[in-house]
Amino acid sequence: MSKIPQSLRYSDTHEWAEDLGNGRYRIGITDHAQALLGDLVYAEVPEVGKDLQAGTVCGVLESVKAAADLYAPITGKVLERNEALSDSPQLLNEDPYGTGWIMVVAAESAAFAELMDATAYAKIAEA
Amino acid sequence: MNPAVTETPNDTIFAHDHHLPRQKLPADIPEDLLRKTPLNLPNASELDVLRHYTRLSQKNFSIDTQFYPLGSCTMKYNPRIAHAMASLPGFARLHPDTPAPAMQGLLQVLWELQEWLAAAMGMAAVSLTPAAGAQGELAGVAMIRAYHLARGDTGRNKMLIPTAAHGTNPASAQMAGFEVIEIPNLPDGDLDMAALDAHLGPDVAGIMLTNPSTLGVFERRIAEIAQHVHAAGGLLYYDGANLNAILGRVQPGQMGFDVMHLNLHKTFATPHGGGGPGAGAVAVQERLKPFLPLPTVLKEPHGALRWMGAKDLPQSIGHLSAHGGNIGVLLRAHAYLRRLGRSGVGRVSAYAALNANYLLKELQRLGYQAAFPERRASHEFILSVSDLHKATGIRALDVAKRLLDFGIHAPTIYFPQLVPECLLIEPTETESKATLDRFVAVMAQIRQEALEQPELLREAPHHLPVGRLDEALAARKLDVSAAQE
Repeated sequence: MSKIPQSLRYSDTHEWAEDLGNGRYRIGITDHAQALLGDLVYAEVPEVGKDLQAGTVCGVLESVKAAADLYAPITGKVLERNEALSDSPQLLNEDPYGTGWIMVVAAESAAFAELMDATAYAKIAEA
Repeated sequence: MNPAVTETPNDTIFAHDHHLPRQKLPADIPEDLLRKTPLNLPNASELDVLRHYTRLSQKNFSIDTQFYPLGSCTMKYNPRIAHAMASLPGFARLHPDTPAPAMQGLLQVLWELQEWLAAAMGMAAVSLTPAAGAQGELAGVAMIRAYHLARGDTGRNKMLIPTAAHGTNPASAQMAGFEVIEIPNLPDGDLDMAALDAHLGPDVAGIMLTNPSTLGVFERRIAEIAQHVHAAGGLLYYDGANLNAILGRVQPGQMGFDVMHLNLHKTFATPHGGGGPGAGAVAVQERLKPFLPLPTVLKEPHGALRWMGAKDLPQSIGHLSAHGGNIGVLLRAHAYLRRLGRSGVGRVSAYAALNANYLLKELQRLGYQAAFPERRASHEFILSVSDLHKATGIRALDVAKRLLDFGIHAPTIYFPQLVPECLLIEPTETESKATLDRFVAVMAQIRQEALEQPELLREAPHHLPVGRLDEALAARKLDVSAAQE
């Protein structure tokens, strides 16, 4: 049903991570997550420079249905964040793997390797 | 006091009203903030205004006009006699600063309410002053904090909150300075004991529980939970959101809770919804009595009544409002309890549970899926329309919008978040079987429409002054200013 690109890795809290090389990883929420949340109206994303701990809350996503916590899928430091989300949170709905990206973090490759592959995540998303 | 009168109406605040003494504007308002043209006030006759507001009130959905099965909110009928009693001039015209000897009647009522609520909840003492449910929660967790600190137990900075707890609990705990730890619920709705035990320790101040939980089921292992939390040095907070389900059946005190709040504005005869006024009375066991918020009412041995203040309770968490709380709400609660009596209070929960379980069975018979089919409903229950969503794309939102066409207020939807495409339905004890049967008939029609003409649901409501509003746009581009023509 929902799109789960093979090239990305996933957390059980419905975030994706993309390996950009040189220990940099782009983070976002999955197509499944945005469909569950419904139309997003507000995104609170961590500041650049913030240290993230995998599995802990690092932001808030608010939709017309609910306010949900954003979890860090990986331990690391925020290098960039998607400033466009503050004015256009709908990018998270429209293009969750593209223009709706949330942040870029510096992290260990071992931590990235621990995330699920697309096949494993598909089992969770379609359960 | 120097209301200097000027002669030119254009530089006065009330330029349109020549009856009022005109005051000169303060000189320090920047020029660019000063109005250049008169305020565009509507110019309508008294009769037109009266008709306008009467029509608006007729467009409103309310418990006085429609079935209102809004889960977690207990939108039940509030007997008018409770309001009549609270409106008696001896109460309504009393100034809050009236000396205690001249307001013994009100103090007697408040004292009785404290005593009745404490007895009914299985608790030692009550403070009526919190002005809302959320303030009651804050008072409750603040007392837990004060209790630990007073014993020199300074390391307890975590509050455990089940996923199935009332939605406001994490905010209250956070405001009281705690770190919130979420404890998952099992697929059958009960708390995950293994997860609870894994978090219990010398850094845990307590747990906030709603029982029955937001999942509409009774936490069956509550005695065991209480034992484990107490053994680890923590306290148990009971959120009174779902008190309607257990009134007169089981007491929070019996379940092992140390502190709780009651929503007197939803369980005890004050209409609620819309943000107030409320009353979130707190009840505590003996060991938390010194920390109760002020003021409470004391009956002296010779029978005179007075307010208790900081001198009486030096360890109190303090005042939460300027006076004794929202007195009107407290008076209605007193009248409601007095009218029901002990046996009547028990009938509230009996009929609330009967109505919920009747509706659940009838709706299941129509093919609707219960979120917890193996569990008996408490006073409310959850349906999931995931099956309709998979079959035709119809969502809980579409079902809710279609209900409006039949003059029925939509149930709570998409809460709790644990259950996808859910409707949380609470009929309450004050609805007749005929009303419930009509709701079942409407839900039967809606299910058929969902399967045969899903477009009809997607475009609902069809018979209201407005159709589907763009909720996302309204939230993203908030505009609350009046239209400027």
